[in-house]
Formats: sequence, C-alpha cells, structure tokens
Amino acid sequence: MVASHPKAGAEDNRGAAAMLQSKSFVKKTRQGRLLKIVREHYLRDDIACGAVYCSICDKSTACLSDTTSPILIVDTNVVLQQIDLLENLAMSNVVILSVVLDEAKNKNLSVYNRLRTICSNPTRHFFVFANEHHKDTYIKGMVGESPNDRNDRAIRVASQWYQRHLGGSTKILLLTNDAENRKKAREEGIIAETVQAYVQALGKPELLDLVARSQVENVFKHDVEDLRPSKRKVVYAEHKAMSEITSGLRQKIYHQGKFRVNRYNPFEAYVGSESVGDEIVIKGKTDMNRAFDGDVVAVELLPQECWQDGSGKIVEDDDEEEEEVVGLVPASADDAPKNQALEGMSEKSISIGIARPTGRVIGIIKRNWRPYCGSLEPMPLPAGGGGTVHALFVAADRRIPKIRIQTRQLSNLLDKRIIVAVDSWEQTSRYPSGHYVRSIGEIGDRATESEVLLIENDINTRPFSEQVLACLPPLPWSMSAEDLRNPYRRDLRHVRVFSVDPIGCKDIDDALNCTLLPNGNFQVAVHIADVTNFVHPNTPLDEEASQRGTSVYLVERRIDMLPKPLTEDICSLRADVERLAFSVLWEMSPDADILSVEFTKSIIKSCAALSYVEAQARMDDSRLSDPLTLDLRNMNKLAKIMRRRRIESGALTLASPEVKFEIDTETHDPLDVGMYQVREANQMIEEFMLAANVSVAGHILKHFPMCSLLRRHPIPTPKMFEPLLRTAAAVGIHLDISSSKALADSLDEAQGDDPYFNKLIRILATRCMTQAVYFCSGELSPPEFHHYGLAAPLYTHFTSPIRRYADVIVHRLLAASLGLNKLPDLLRDKSLLTSISDNLNYRHRNAQMAGRASVELHTLIFFRNRPTEAEARIVKIRSNGLIVFVPKYGIEGPVYLTKKGTKEETELVSDIDGKWIIDEEHQTLLSQDGKRRYKVLERLSIYIQVVEPQPNRPKLELTLMKAC
Amino acid sequence: MEYISPEGLRLDGRRPMEMRQLHAELGVIAKADGSATFEMGNTKVVAAVYGPREVQNRSQQLQEQALVRCEYSMATFSTGERRKRGKGDRRSTEISLVIRQTMESAILTHLLPRSQIDIFVQVLQADGGTRSACINAAALALADAGIPMRDLVASCAAGFLNNTPLLDLNYTEDSGGGPDVTVGVFPKLDKISLLQMDSKLPIDLFEKVLELATEGAKATAEYMRERLSENTRQLVSARGLLRF
Repeated sequence: MVASHPKAGAEDNRGAAAMLQSKSFVKKTRQGRLLKIVREHYLRDDIACGAVYCSICDKSTACLSDTTSPILIVDTNVVLQQIDLLENLAMSNVVILSVVLDEAKNKNLSVYNRLRTICSNPTRHFFVFANEHHKDTYIKGMVGESPNDRNDRAIRVASQWYQRHLGGSTKILLLTNDAENRKKAREEGIIAETVQAYVQALGKPELLDLVARSQVENVFKHDVEDLRPSKRKVVYAEHKAMSEITSGLRQKIYHQGKFRVNRYNPFEAYVGSESVGDEIVIKGKTDMNRAFDGDVVAVELLPQECWQDGSGKIVEDDDEEEEEVVGLVPASADDAPKNQALEGMSEKSISIGIARPTGRVIGIIKRNWRPYCGSLEPMPLPAGGGGTVHALFVAADRRIPKIRIQTRQLSNLLDKRIIVAVDSWEQTSRYPSGHYVRSIGEIGDRATESEVLLIENDINTRPFSEQVLACLPPLPWSMSAEDLRNPYRRDLRHVRVFSVDPIGCKDIDDALNCTLLPNGNFQVAVHIADVTNFVHPNTPLDEEASQRGTSVYLVERRIDMLPKPLTEDICSLRADVERLAFSVLWEMSPDADILSVEFTKSIIKSCAALSYVEAQARMDDSRLSDPLTLDLRNMNKLAKIMRRRRIESGALTLASPEVKFEIDTETHDPLDVGMYQVREANQMIEEFMLAANVSVAGHILKHFPMCSLLRRHPIPTPKMFEPLLRTAAAVGIHLDISSSKALADSLDEAQGDDPYFNKLIRILATRCMTQAVYFCSGELSPPEFHHYGLAAPLYTHFTSPIRRYADVIVHRLLAASLGLNKLPDLLRDKSLLTSISDNLNYRHRNAQMAGRASVELHTLIFFRNRPTEAEARIVKIRSNGLIVFVPKYGIEGPVYLTKKGTKEETELVSDIDGKWIIDEEHQTLLSQDGKRRYKVLERLSIYIQVVEPQPNRPKLELTLMKAC
Repeated sequence: MEYISPEGLRLDGRRPMEMRQLHAELGVIAKADGSATFEMGNTKVVAAVYGPREVQNRSQQLQEQALVRCEYSMATFSTGERRKRGKGDRRSTEISLVIRQTMESAILTHLLPRSQIDIFVQVLQADGGTRSACINAAALALADAGIPMRDLVASCAAGFLNNTPLLDLNYTEDSGGGPDVTVGVFPKLDKISLLQMDSKLPIDLFEKVLELATEGAKATAEYMRERLSENTRQLVSARGLLRF
C-alpha cells in the first residue's frame, strides 16, 4: 500500500525551519472510495537516543540511565498483550519505538494511553524513540511486503541502530514473542528473546504471573495437556471474520450494538440495536458466544419461532444458580434493574404473546476488556506447591464470566481479592484466559472490600501528584494584603456569617447570613468558598480536579477532589477565620420575595460553624434570643415561605431512605444503622442553596447562552411510571402523572392508614425518575433545560465547589460574566464543555454507585454477626416470592416463597408456613389456610442474616418470620 | 486528535516552529511577462503576470495609477478528488481579492498610470497554506516581470492546535478546526500588509501565533530573495555581462 519516492531538495532553504531532512512519501489509503492521499514525511537528524551516557545525542530528554541492565526494545504485540507487565515497576530501561506506539494506538487506545502514562513518568525510565522520523531508522516498505512485516523490520532496524549507537556501553535486547521475527533478528545480529524467557531470567516468580500467555502458546499448552481428542471439543461457534461482519451489517443480516449483560442474570444479555429498533435478547452462554459486558458485537437474529416465549428454551448448564440479591433501595430509575429483569418470570404473565427479538452473537467488533476485581475460586492446594497451577477467577462484577489464570503463588492468592486482566477467549475453552495483575488485600477485610468497590467504580484513589501539590499556595495560608486591596473583593468581615453542616463536616463550602435592613427587608446572602481563587485553569491541579469530577463519600472515608489543604483548610469556611468567598446577596421582603440579586467576590469571617442538630436546637429553644439565633429563625421563616412557593409551583418532595451508620472510631466497623433524619434546619439550608443555584443559573445563561454549564432533570416518560401506577392501583390509589405539579398533588393525597405509607409511595415514585444531568446550554434548546424534580426552568450547581468540579466551572463562568477574569478557552468551546459535562456525569454517577456499594458493604458487615428481625414493607409480589423493603436499614431484596428449583406458578412452598397462594394481578398473597393475607405495601416481619451460598460472595438473605 | 506527540513532533515529523520545505522557480511560463512556481511542501502553485500593458476595458482605466487584476483558480487535479472548480465561487473570489489587495499594496502603482497588470494564480496541488503560497508565487512573478514594488511581499500561516502554536499548517492540521492565521509582510519595511484568521483565539495567544506567522513569513521572504538574486545572476551570465 505504501509507495514512496524520495524527493530531491535543497538543504539551504529553510529559515525558521531548521534541521529538515527532506524526503516525502506518497501514501495511498482508502476512505470510503479509493483516494490517493499524499503526505509529507520529514526525516530528522536531531532525534536523541535517550541514553544519559550517550556522548553524541542531546541529553535534555534522556531518561535511560542504567547501564547495568539491558535496554529493552519491545514489539507491538508485547505492548498490547503485556501492558500489565510493563506497568510493573520491575520493568525499566525500555525504549518504545514510535512505530510501536502508532500500531498500539490503532489497535487499542486504552493500552496506548496506559503506555503513554508510563512513558511520561520519569522514574520509570521509558523512552520514546521516534524511529519513523529518524534519518537512519526510517525504512520504506518493500514490494510485496505486508505492513506488519514492514513494521517488524522497522523495529529490527531501530534495534540494530541502537546496537551500533550504544552497543559499546550496554546490551540491547529485543523482546518479541514472534518466533519468525526473533529468528530474523538473530540473523541480523540483534539479541532477541521472548518475554517469558526474559522475565524468567529476572528470577521473580510474582512477575511471571503478570506475563500474559499468548494465543499461540495457549494452543500449544492444550496439546500437551489434553491428548485425548474428545477433550478439545469446540465449545463456542467461531466468530465471523470482520469482512463478513461488515458486509452482513450492510445487508442488514447482522445487527451491531453494545452488549449489555443483565445485572441479575449473567446468562442473559441485551443488545441495543438501531437497525432492529428494539433490544435484542441473547440467552445462554452459547448464544452469548464469548462476548463480555460492554463489547460492541454483531448479532444475528434467530428465527422468529425461537424468540423468547417461555422458559422452554433456557437450557442452562448452570453450575451456579443466579438470583437477585438483597441490596440498597434503588435511588432512581437508573439504579433500578431493567423492568423485565426485575420481574423476571412474571413478565410473561403481563406480556404474553409479545415475543422479543432474540439473537446470538456471531462476532465481536470491539472488546471492552478491562482489569477485573475478584477472587479465586477455592481449590485444594496441589501437592508440593510452588509450581504453576491453573485457577478460576470469579469477578466481583457478576456480569463477568469466570476467568482462568495461571499462577505460581496459589497459596498466597486464595484468600485475597485480586485484579485479573483478560488475554483471550479461545473457541475450545469454556472460560476466557487471563493473567494476574496484582492483589488488593485479604477477602472480607473492610479496607480491601472498600478498595474493590472503588476500583470497580473507576475512582481514582491515588494520592495527588507532586505537580498537583505544587499548585497549592504556600502553607500556612492567610489572607494577604493584596486580597484586601482588591477592589472587586467586598469586605464582609463585619457581617454575622455562619455555616450549618452535618456533624464532623470539614469541607465547609457554604455559609450564610441574614441581616434585617432598616427598611424592614432582609439582606440574605449565601457565601460559597472561593475555590477558583486557588484553582486556576490549565494547571495540573485543575486538570486533576476536572478528571476526578467530584469527591467521593464512602461510609468510612472520603476521597477528595482537591488536595486536603484546600479541602479542609484554605477553602473551608471555618469559624473565626478570614476566608475568601463568592457571595450571592439578595434583598428579600419579609414575604420572601427577591427584590434584587447581586454577585460579588468577598471576604468573610464566619462566627459559628453549626451542625444541623445545633442549629435546630437553637431555633427550637425559646429561651435563646441572641442575634445568631434570631438570624436563624428569620431565615427559617423565609425558607418556609420559599419552600411552600416552590411546592406550589410543582416541585416534588421526593424521599429516599438514606441510612446513616454509627462507626466505631477505632475499628471503623459499623456499630449501628439508622435512617438519616431530616430536620427543618436541613431544609432551610437546602432552600437557600437552591435559590443561589437558580439565581446563578439565570445569570450565567444570560451572559453565555452557548456555553453555560447547567443541570437538567428530564421529564420521566409515562412508561417509566408504569410500575408505580400498577402498585398504586393495587392499593386503590390513583396517581396523576400528567405533570410534576399533578404528581406532587396526588402524592400529597396518597394517605394510607399509617404515617409511613405516604413516604413509601414517595420512595417508589422517586425511583421511577432518572438522574439529573449536567449539560452545556449550547447543545440543547431552552425547553429541555427544565429541571423536573425542582420544577425550575433553569438550574445549575454553584454551592459546593470544594467537592464538585461542576461548581468550579460555574464559578468561573460567573466570575467572567462579572468581568472579574476572562473566560478560559476551555469553556468557550461548546463541544469541549460537553465532553467535560459528560465526564462529570460519569464521575458523579460512579461516586454515587461507590457510595451505595459502600453502604451495602457496611450493611453486610453489620449483619455479619447480628442476624436481626425487622419490620419490612412489601414492594412487589411476584410469582415466586416477594420483594420487600426494610425501612430501618434502607435495604430491599427478595423473599423467596419457593424452594430453589421449583418454579411452579401458583402453588408454592414456604419453608415455615406451608403453602401460599399468590395473585400477581391483584398483588396479594394468601396463605393456604387463609389465615394470613398480605397486600402490596403492607407490613410484615422479616429475618435478616448473612449467608454465603457461593464462596467469597457473602450476601444478605431475607426470610419471612412466622406469624405472630 | 493528537497533532503533536509528547516528543514534540508533528504528524509529518516537523517540530512546531518549523516550516515545510520551500521551493521556487522563476520564469516557468515563457509567454507571460513574469511567472513563478512556489512550493511549500506538497502545496504547489503557479503564478503568471501580464503587464504592465494597455488597459483592455477603457472604462476601467485609472488616470493616476495602474489597474491591478487578479484571478485565482484551483486545478481540477489539485486535490485528491478530481473536481471541476469554477472561478467564480465564493472562496475563489475571496482569495482573488485578498491576493489583489496584497499585491496592490506592494506595487508602486502610481509609477504606472493608465496601465493594467494581470496576475493569474493557479493551485496545482493543494495541501494547506494555498493562500500563502499564492501570494508568494505572485510576488515572485511580479518581480520576474520587473514591476516596481515597495518591498518583496511574503506570506506564511500559523495555527494553534493542542495548545501549541504551529507554523505552516498542512492540510491535515488545517482540518483540525483550530484557528489559522495568515499574514503577508513587507520584510524590509517590517510592515504587515495582510492579516486573516479563521476561527477565534484569545488575544494573548493570538499575539504569539501572529508573531510566529510573521517570523515564518520573513524566513520565506529570505528564501524568495535568495532565489531572485540567483535568478538574476543566471540572467546576467546568460547575457554574458558577468564573467566568472
């Protein structure tokens, strides 16, 4: 494909452009149709070899310093397959050729990015050598030579060059697993070895586990192990060739889509396909044909008569019975499992006759493999020990199949949580094969399990790098005279400002004040930590914060978005110290009408950092009449009016059963769980924060209509409300979902015979809705800006810049709109802003998932030694059991009324009470003797305990108590 | 997209402040009074100058100065896709105007009243920076035609991608969507006669990019001057006036 012709050129004609070796080449590529593209390719003589001890080259970028160990040159396949090994600190003194980088980039972007990260770390001694632009190492493809062969030759030529260049001072070693390439290299006088041989020679057994097995070797192993031909049977259908897939896709025989495994049943998956217009269901391991969750796959539809119409088709060689688990209550529709998934078997009764398109995977277009957390399946230690053992790895994510790995340290790993990467999945193998990456810690250990959930949610827990910390102002920080002199910064130190936060809160973002003006109105202000005064655009600190997106709050720890000195000291609006703030000031009438708004940077000195409990106590204590308490009461009065008005305009009061753990200060084990209590003080603060956010949203949108960062909450579709409406209908309540106002009103009217009933309905309503999301105002039209839950046409996040990056952006937008500083270029570009907001949504969501997972983990630890009896509410009645919700602990899960394996429809056996009769349509449950009768949303007693049906996967089990 | 690798090399192997290879030929079209080809890497243009001659359309004649006309076009084969390109489309009209104005500011038009100078430029191969290449070719052709000029006018472009100012963008870089600043300068007078920018750029960055483009234009001018004197030397020796 590459034809090239050297072009003669004068050397003397290049003023500003020095050092060009002139040569250009012609490249012919295909872009839809045949198109000849000509690109220049300049060769240079100023590319350094990267060795510190080199006497010829420029050493400004040199990083290869060690002469005792050889300089390693790796080929592309080594990079693609052994990236985990390369990431290990034991590998250093490596030269990465640009031809290898380019190939890696084209084949696997994530590997490329990981490689780039290693290369940019000076302590790792990885050097990138631009061999393709070096005058002595650039080669042209020869006639009849495939691009692969040409690249292999380029690698050998570069190795030879290194040998000539540095051969005197150190050894040059080419690592390649390709036997042909190795042979040629040796003929050309290059020392070449396989990765395995090299690592073996290092004499570090734990490193050997990191070495991924190449596919060729795998087959070889099979040959040795299983001499019987019957053992080598093909388990899966062959993946179709890429060319066949593309032509099939074009002819609409195949369908392309993202493969999503059912969270609750790893043998069922969905592929969202645009060409079919519906989700294609894929059932069973064979039809899933080695696809992983998140892969982009090509699917072929099965004949219509095979479409999912009952259980007949599910023939599963299950060695593991999969079922739903007890977990936290879903907070929104995003958390809740898919409708059909939740209802599982019962779906059939509702949608009889509507067969869903069913298909099978015939090829994988793009793999989505990542390192997985999990543990090894328990197995006996082989006699002797120390040798290489095959073990099965079970991922923490239930959607991931078991992975076979090889290890030499089995006894060491059996009780550990480890990370494993997938290398390949052969047709002949039931399980994919992978390799060990690293171990996290002991199974069951709280710290280990927390680490696992952080990794699984892609949360960066690494300490802040030195470059980031270098951006911090010198400590201890105090207000400088310069800040005081700044004409834009209003001095509000004389104002009685206070903050109200949860107990033990160290990152105080917001403070307030409420002053009675002589004209009878109030001056109410919200002061927000002035984070952007310290976090400047385009600094490492800003980039890190932008990547992290948000602080993550686990039950026992907090992973900060900004370094600790900023989070807990410099920005935190603590009591009795002078702090910089960004303030929103309103003049409000006693009827809480906003008469004027003003935004300004300011200096404040908080007089009290109250907790919600303290603030509430002050307001309630009629004996107190100090100025601060009076301020609090005034604010509360205003807040109540604002809240009432907001609700009247249709804002929803939703409910989520948040739980709060009491944690042992030393062991960090949970001592008690309870529901988080919401006080009037919480609502008061919330009200003013909402008001500040709304005011800021309007202001920035006015100044930057194309590039404001706002937050919207999409209106739920009627379909999303269906489960709620069904439940409500079963208990005889009619809900009007036509608008948020109508829903709010009908929720208010939904009163049952006990006080908790209303809250329960609200909890169910909350989970019908999706999450609110950040977006760039230039990407959507104004009607779409609407925030459904708050019934606000515009909303954004301004009030927590210490822990959310979105607020940092909004601070910058607001400051720019006031003319205080100019808008960073990043924020002027709507596509860039959109990519930032996408990342923020992703991080925000992961932080929430991690938070929930952490609560689940602690719930599990809590119940480990405390089997408990508790009151529960029935959320749903289904063919084989109930879904119940335990308000006290905020957990939800199934209570099975069937024995495992028996899945008859009407007659079910309960362990304790004999038979039950279930009526799904009316959502009622009747014991056969007729004595006990349950209806959806009713109370019942539940026994909670921890069981471990599968090793290393403890879970909560809920069982029905005997009638009392 | 990564236009500059962390090692500091652009896609084609240049560093950010480097220009592509320049090449110029004079007197390539015998029929014209002055002509030149100009190459910046793979961008290649040809310019032909006719005049000063009698004004064709009497009504356009100017009493005080020369009438300068310019026609810009792209050859059908100049891009990867063979396409018929008209002379009258918006882009061509705009570039014609830009070249005409730049040249008019260089030519001492008051010395040639009631005459007409025609400049024809055609892009033979396009790979980014055609506007600059056309101006350079036209300037050389004018010099070749012996038309009196204030100073040589030379042009170069610079852009801003991946947070780095880049000199002399090629087509791939030009399609990156970043800003593209084209300048035309009088190197001796140290004056700017043309300044254009696509897209937008904060003012402080703009100054850096402009400075880079100006540097590039001056370097181009130096090369052009060398080529001109070389050409003159050849002409002189061809007439036997100079003995080596």
